[in-house]
Amino acid sequence: MEPTDVNNPEYYHKVVDCQYACPAHTPVPEYIRLIAEQKYTEAYMINWESNVFPGILGRTCDRPCEPACRRGRVEEEPVAICRLKRVAADNKGDVKKHMPVAPFKPNGKKIALVGAGPASLTVARDLAALGYELHLYDEQKAGGGFMRSQIPSFRLPESVLDEEVNYILDLGIHTHFNTYVKSLKSLLDSDYDAVFVGSGAPKGRDLDIPGRQEAAANIHIGINWLSNVAFEHIHKIGKKVIVLGGGNTAMDCCRTSRRLGGEEVKVVVRSPFAEMKASPWEKEDAMHEDIPIMDNHVPKTFVVENGKLKGMTFEKVHAVYNDKGKRSLVPTGEPEVFVEADDVLVAIGQENSFPWIERDLGIEFDKWDMPVVNETTFCSTNPKVFFGGDAAFGPKNVITAVAHGHQAAVSIDLHCKGEDLNKRLSPFVNLVSQKMGIHEWSYDSAVVEDVRYVVPQADKKVTLKDRKKEVELGFDGLTGFKEAQRCLNCDMQTVFSESKCIECDACVDICPTACITFTENADDESDLRNMLKVPATNKTQDLLVSGVLPTKRVMVKDENVCLHCGLCAERCPTSAWDMQKFFYSVTKASKVCH
Amino acid sequence: MTYIRPKFRHPELPKNKLGYSVDFYEGALSTLCAGCGHDSISAAVVEACFDLNIEPHRLAKLSGIGCSSKTPAYFLSNSHGFNSVHGRMPSVATGANLANRDLIYFGVSGDGDTASIGMGQFVHAIRRNLNMVYIVMNNGCYGLTKGQDSATADEGSKSKAGSVNPFQAIDLASLSLELGAGFVAQSFSGDKKQLIPLIKAAINHRGFAFINVISPCVTFNNNPGSTKSYDFVRQHVEATATLDFVPEMEEITTNYNEGSTQQVKMHDGSSIRLHKIAQDWDPQNRISAINAIQKARSEGEILTGLIYIDEELGELHEVLQTTDTPLNQLTEEVLCPGSEALSEINAGLR
Ligand SMILES: Cc1cc2nc3c(=O)[nH]c(=O)nc-3n(C[C@H](O)[C@H](O)[C@H](O)COP(=O)(O)OP(=O)(O)OC[C@H]3O[C@@H](n4cnc5c(N)ncnc54)[C@H](O)[C@@H]3O)c2cc1C
Ligand SMILES: Cc1ncc(C[n+]2csc(CCOP(=O)(O)OP(=O)(O)O)c2C)c(N)n1
Ligand code: SF4
Ligand code: SF4
Ligand code: SF4
Ligand SMILES: [Mg+2]
Repeated sequence: MEPTDVNNPEYYHKVVDCQYACPAHTPVPEYIRLIAEQKYTEAYMINWESNVFPGILGRTCDRPCEPACRRGRVEEEPVAICRLKRVAADNKGDVKKHMPVAPFKPNGKKIALVGAGPASLTVARDLAALGYELHLYDEQKAGGGFMRSQIPSFRLPESVLDEEVNYILDLGIHTHFNTYVKSLKSLLDSDYDAVFVGSGAPKGRDLDIPGRQEAAANIHIGINWLSNVAFEHIHKIGKKVIVLGGGNTAMDCCRTSRRLGGEEVKVVVRSPFAEMKASPWEKEDAMHEDIPIMDNHVPKTFVVENGKLKGMTFEKVHAVYNDKGKRSLVPTGEPEVFVEADDVLVAIGQENSFPWIERDLGIEFDKWDMPVVNETTFCSTNPKVFFGGDAAFGPKNVITAVAHGHQAAVSIDLHCKGEDLNKRLSPFVNLVSQKMGIHEWSYDSAVVEDVRYVVPQADKKVTLKDRKKEVELGFDGLTGFKEAQRCLNCDMQTVFSESKCIECDACVDICPTACITFTENADDESDLRNMLKVPATNKTQDLLVSGVLPTKRVMVKDENVCLHCGLCAERCPTSAWDMQKFFYSVTKASKVCH
Repeated sequence: MTYIRPKFRHPELPKNKLGYSVDFYEGALSTLCAGCGHDSISAAVVEACFDLNIEPHRLAKLSGIGCSSKTPAYFLSNSHGFNSVHGRMPSVATGANLANRDLIYFGVSGDGDTASIGMGQFVHAIRRNLNMVYIVMNNGCYGLTKGQDSATADEGSKSKAGSVNPFQAIDLASLSLELGAGFVAQSFSGDKKQLIPLIKAAINHRGFAFINVISPCVTFNNNPGSTKSYDFVRQHVEATATLDFVPEMEEITTNYNEGSTQQVKMHDGSSIRLHKIAQDWDPQNRISAINAIQKARSEGEILTGLIYIDEELGELHEVLQTTDTPLNQLTEEVLCPGSEALSEINAGLR
C-alpha cells in the first residue's frame, strides 16, 4: 500500500471516532478533558461554537457519537459523551462574556428564516455577527421549533431551552412569532437577499384503518398531540392508552400520557423489539415508567361501540428475512389480539409538507415532493433559497439540523458576497506535540478501567405526577469527572516519522492492544490487513502505513483499538512516535467565540 | 505523568490450546531503557511460550545480574523465578534442576554476566549438559553499570565515549560449540521471526540449549563505530537458514525441494524445518557448524539462526541415572529406607 497521506486532515479526523461521527464534528475529547479539569465554561463554549445548544443536546441528542466511540470497541460501553455535555452546561459560569454582543455593524443584507427550529437558529447565530439583518418567522409563539413543541419538558426543561434560544435571539434577531408564512413568493418578492427554509417536517402520518373516522374524537396524531400538550391546550388523556409506533415520538407520547392521567399505557409496534427505531435508552426509560412494549403486532381495526372508542385489534406477526436480509412481517396465524383503549396516539412517522411554497419559483421538487437540495451548499435550484434541518432531507434530529445550519450560513454569506458557493474554506486543523518530558504528556494518558456510570434519575413517584419535572438529574461533578476519565483521548494522535525509526520493535512490544506491526508491504489492503499481528478485521477503521524503512519493511498501525495511551511514544528511543494533539473545527460563517 | 500499562487488550486476541491469550504470558512493565533490545527478546519469549502452550507453573526463570538478568520480571509473571547473584545463575539452575527435573529451566544472562564473572559457571553447565535454555542477551557492554566494554565487545568497536576496544572478543557461540553443547543458536533481538522459533526449539531440546542473541544497548552502545548497534548488526547478519518449529502433532504438508530444506527431528516428536541459505553447512555436523561460524567471523559477518544441534546427547539426569521421580518429590521413607536396608547395602559391600 501507498504510505498514508496524513496531511489530509480527514485521516486524523477519522481517528477521533466520536467527533467524526458527530454531524457538527464537535471536538468531543477536547471538551471532555476540560470537564475533567472542571473548566466547565470553556467546555461549554467549545460546544456552543460547534453545536449551538449544549444544554439542550446534553439532554436530548440522538448521540451518533456514542455508538462510534472507541471505548465501545475496547470494552462494553462507550463514554457517556452526551451526558458529559450536560455537566458542562449545568456547571458553567458566565458564558455570555465569551459570546458576540449585539448590535453589530450592519452589512446591508437582509435574510428571512422560515421556522425557528435549530436549523434556522444556527444560521441566525452564525450570520448575526457579520451584520446581517435576520428575520425569523415561526407560527409558534416562541423560538425553538420542535425542541419546544415536541420534546417534552421532563426531558428538556423549558428554562434550558429558553436560555439557549435566547443566547441567539439576543444577537439582535428580528423575530416574527405567531406568524405562519403562507407564501414563499411573497417573501422573495420583498427585499430579502436570501431565504432559509428551516420549516421542519411538521406532518404526522395517519393510520387509515377501519374505525378511524368513527373514533376520531379519541385518536390523536402523536406530534400534534405533543405540541398541544406543550402549548397547554391539552391537559389530560384517558386511563387506558395505546401508543402506536416504535420511534422516539412514540416514546415521548407514552411517557407524556403517563403524566396526563394514563394509567395503563401500552406501546404497540409492528416490528420486533430489537428493531424498533427508538433509541435503546428511550425504550428503557419508557419501560421503567411501567409502559409495556408489545412488539410484532400489526394494527387492524379501531373498535368502536356506541360511537365510542373501545380499543383496537391487532394481528400477530413475526419477522422473516430473505437472502438479502430484507425483512417482511408474516402473520403467525394466531387469533387477533384485542387491546382496550380510551385514547390512541398515532406516532408512526412524520413527513415534510410545503403547502406554502409555490411550485413556480424555480425550486425543483423531486418525485417524493421533496425540494432538490445540494448536500454541500444546502442551496435549492433557486440560488436565493436555501434549505436545512428536517426540511432539507426529511426528519433527522437536532444535531443534524445544526450541522446543516452551519453550512447553509456559509453558503448564504458567500451568496450575499457574490462568491462561488463551492469555494468553501477547509476546516481549521492543528497538530501539536504533547510531550512534556520523559513519561510525561500534557494529557492523562493512563487508561482507566471504570465501566460507564449511570445517570441518576429523580423518583418516579414525583416525575409521573408533574409533566415538567425533569427525570434525569445529570451527573454530579465527581461522577462527571470519573466518566470523563473514561475517555481515551482519541484526538491525541500517534504520529509516526519513519526517518527517525531504528526498527527496534519497542513500540510493537509495549503496545497493549497489538496495534503496531512491522511487515513486508502488500499491494492489496486486505492482504496487508491479514498480515498484521492481530488481523485488522474492522474495515471501517483505517491503517496508518509508513514509507519503506531501511529493512524494506513498512510500519503498519491498525487504528481500530488504539488506546492512545502513548506507550509507543514513551517506549520509542528516537521519538519516531509522538503523541500530538489534533484539533479540528468546521469553519463557520463567522468566528463566534472569544 | 503516567507509566501504567493499560489492562485492555485487543478484543480479538487468539487463544492457545490451554485457553490463554498471549497476555497471560506477559510480565510486569519493563523498566529498561526505551528501545533496549532486551525488551524485544522478552516479547519473543512471551510469544514462544504462548505458542508452545506452556503452563506457566511448569517453567522456572533464572537469571544473574544485569539489565538482561532483570528481564525475567518482564515476562511470564505466572512462572517461577529466581534472580540470583552476578554470574551465578548456572549453579542455581543446576541445583534447581537436580532437585526437580520436571520443570522447564529458562536461564537469562548477559554478556557480562556470562563471559566475565560467570564464565566459570557457564562452561561447567555446558560440560554437564544441564537440561536448560540459556539465553545471553549480548550487547557487548555492561549496560546496568553504564556501558563499560564487556568481554564480548569486538576488537576495534567504539564506545559511546569514543574509546576503542583493544581486546579480542570472546565468541560465546564458538565457545559453546567447542565445549560440546548440543544446541547452539545465534540471533538478533530485532528479528523475532527467527528468534521465536529458535526459542521454541531450545525449550524443546533435551539438554543444554544455548542462544546468543545480539541485543543492542540503545543507551550505551548504539553509536556509530559500535559493532553491536542496531545499524551495524542489521548490515552484518547473515542467516544460516530460515526456520520453522513444527510441533509434534502438526503434519508436514508442504514439499520443499531436497537439498535446500532440512528437517531435524527432536526427541519428543516435534521438529525443526530449515530452509537453508548457507549451502555448505550441516547443522547436525559439529565440524561443519564450527567452520560456518568461523568463516562468517573471518568475513566480519554475524552468523544467525540454528548453528548446531545434536538430539542424541544425554542430559545430566541421564548421565547421572537419577530417578525418574524428581528428587523433591521423594518422601523421607524412600530417601531413608531405614537401618535394615543400610545393613543390606553394607553386607553387599563386604
Ligand atoms: C416527538 C419528537 C421528539 C424528538 N426528540 C428529539 C430528541 O430528543 N433529540 C433530537 O435530536 N431530535 C429529536 N426530535 C427531532 C428534532 O426535533 C428535529 O429533527 C429538529 O427539531 C429539526 O429541526 P429544524 O430546525 O429542521 O425544524 P423544527 O425544529 O421542526 O422547526 C421547524 C419550525 O418551523 C415552523 N414552521 C413550519 N412551517 C412554517 C411556516 N410556513 N411558517 C412559519 N413557521 C413554520 C414550525 O412551527 C416549527 O416551529 C424529535 C422529534 C419529535 C417529533
Ligand atoms: C559480584 C558483582 N560484581 C559486580 C557487579 C556490578 N555489575 C552489575 S551488572 C554488571 C554487568 C552486567 O553486564 P551484562 O551481564 O552484560 O548485563 P547488561 O546490563 O549489559 O544486560 C556488573 C559488573 C555486581 N552486581 N555483582
Ligand atoms: S474514547 Fe473519547 S475521544 Fe475516543 S471516541 Fe470515545 S469519547 Fe471520543
Ligand atoms: S497509543 Fe501506541 S501503544 Fe498505546 S494503544 Fe495506541 S499504538 Fe498502542
Ligand atoms: S542500559 Fe542498555 S542494556 Fe540496560 S536497559 Fe538501557 S539500553 Fe538496555
Ligand atoms: Mg551486556
